[in-house]
Amino acid sequence: MSNQENKIGQAFSTEISEQKDYSILNLGPTHPATHGIFQNVLTMDGEIIVRAESTIGYIHRAFEKLAERRPYNQITPITDRLNYCSSPINNIGWHMTVEKLIGCEIPKRAQYMRVIIMELARIADHIVCDTVIAVDTGALTGFTYLFQWREKIYEIFEEICGARLTTNIGRIGGIERDFSPTAWSRLDSFLKEFPKGLSEFQSLVERNRIFMDRTVNCGPISAEMALQYSFTGPNLRAAGVDYDVRVMNPYSSYQDFEFNIPVGTSGDTYDRFMVRMAEMWESVKIINQAVKNMPDGSFHADVPEFYLPAKEDVYSKMEALIYHFKIVMGETDVPVGEVYHSVEGGNGELGYYLISDGGRNPYRLHMRRPCFIYYQAYTEMIKGSMLSDAILTMSSMNVIAGELDA
Amino acid sequence: MHHRTASQNSEKITYLFEEVNTALKTKFGADLLNAQIDYDFPVFEVSKSAVHDVLEFLKNDQAMVFSFLTTMCGSHFPEQGEREFMLMYQLHSLEKNQRIRIKTFMSIKDIEVPTATDLWKGANWMERETFDFYGFRFKGHPNLKRILNMDEMNYHPLRKQYPLEDGSRDDKADNYFGR
Repeated sequence: MSNQENKIGQAFSTEISEQKDYSILNLGPTHPATHGIFQNVLTMDGEIIVRAESTIGYIHRAFEKLAERRPYNQITPITDRLNYCSSPINNIGWHMTVEKLIGCEIPKRAQYMRVIIMELARIADHIVCDTVIAVDTGALTGFTYLFQWREKIYEIFEEICGARLTTNIGRIGGIERDFSPTAWSRLDSFLKEFPKGLSEFQSLVERNRIFMDRTVNCGPISAEMALQYSFTGPNLRAAGVDYDVRVMNPYSSYQDFEFNIPVGTSGDTYDRFMVRMAEMWESVKIINQAVKNMPDGSFHADVPEFYLPAKEDVYSKMEALIYHFKIVMGETDVPVGEVYHSVEGGNGELGYYLISDGGRNPYRLHMRRPCFIYYQAYTEMIKGSMLSDAILTMSSMNVIAGELDA
Repeated sequence: MHHRTASQNSEKITYLFEEVNTALKTKFGADLLNAQIDYDFPVFEVSKSAVHDVLEFLKNDQAMVFSFLTTMCGSHFPEQGEREFMLMYQLHSLEKNQRIRIKTFMSIKDIEVPTATDLWKGANWMERETFDFYGFRFKGHPNLKRILNMDEMNYHPLRKQYPLEDGSRDDKADNYFGR
């Protein structure tokens, strides 16, 4: 890692000369090729980008301010709207942050269920990213095939929590309900069928000459530069650094599972694609282990002041009714304290830094959004490259507007 | 695979805490104002004048190597007088897999801090966001302007005196839920 030069972008010269006329190209804020609201003002020398400046914040919704006015359980739906391609990871990351604050131990079964949900979400996230890379290189077919598996994952989520995209899945203290027989059978058939679909997609794209010509050496970043820019997740691993929160700081029983951390070498678009591809296989492995070793027991912890009681208890038991109201109205006391908890999101380390003053809302909630942090390297990465490579670089970094702008 | 129990983990954190505490005390003396363990995080409060040197030391010192800036953010405690604004940095030593948090407090009259962009390129947008939200002036920052809010905004919205909704609007008074 240390003998690599500080490489970032730069296939062509980006020196600006007085004699030349440059054209200014406004890429975005809305542009069909950028898959989201990103504005980049590019200074172009013909097809080559010599300078770029990005403007973000077009869908800023002030989540950190909003969170200061919301009870803890009502913050979960906000987290849905960070990286909306893998909302369950955001939800569960938030729940675990609060559980750390209140010192709540989660039963093994709930932890394994969470692992299944989070890994399914990771697969869905990587499907979006990888197929879109393929689409941007002109390979639409693979996208249409693989996207059905994202649909199947959403059907599983729908069965678990009733929602598909913005899931609000799980609760502080566990999961809202045990997996139903339908959920289990959908999961089983997914695990049986998905590998075939993934192999098919892989064989279409992975060694495709056109695809490789377009992605190899496109938007590269060296390990050192990636660390300088605080990259995390698949983008960092593509550059060759094996940092993964699931292994470095295991949460939710990730230490129980055997899986590999795929890494790349050159940090280019092809490596980012391949790392995500390999991670999907690893996720399948993790889910299989979790299903096979699923412990018995409860799917939630015994924390009545945070975990909504069963509806029939609310109608028949005094305590359950009281807790129901206290939770719904957000009147539960929490300890005073300061915690940070992070999970491996679809795009990297998603962290919640929470200051509680004991009140009904967080005093301060800061979200470490991986997209926001690594997108600042984008303008450097596309300097000296062709315009069409800039599009590919963006889709391979999997920049999600919701997470970027919070 | 890492197999670590909770108690081993807390032992490890206490050890790390002592190690960094001793190093900072020796190097910075009175500038280290407070040190404690908050949940699973060693937290060090340093004086504002020393914060850049502390970060640089932690990043470059061979025994420390906290070379990765995980995140940074501000916070506002209006009732704390001279310690009204808080700035925190979270560093990660990927080599040793250890994390620490560095904090510094300041008053509104003196809200200028040296930038960390010379240490980490990634601090650029983090500082812009912190400036946008709280108004910290990062001295030496190459491009200190708002990042998420519009340039025309004339206040720093995460300061506690500003209500949730746009402070410049007066058409949405709400007596029931408060705005």
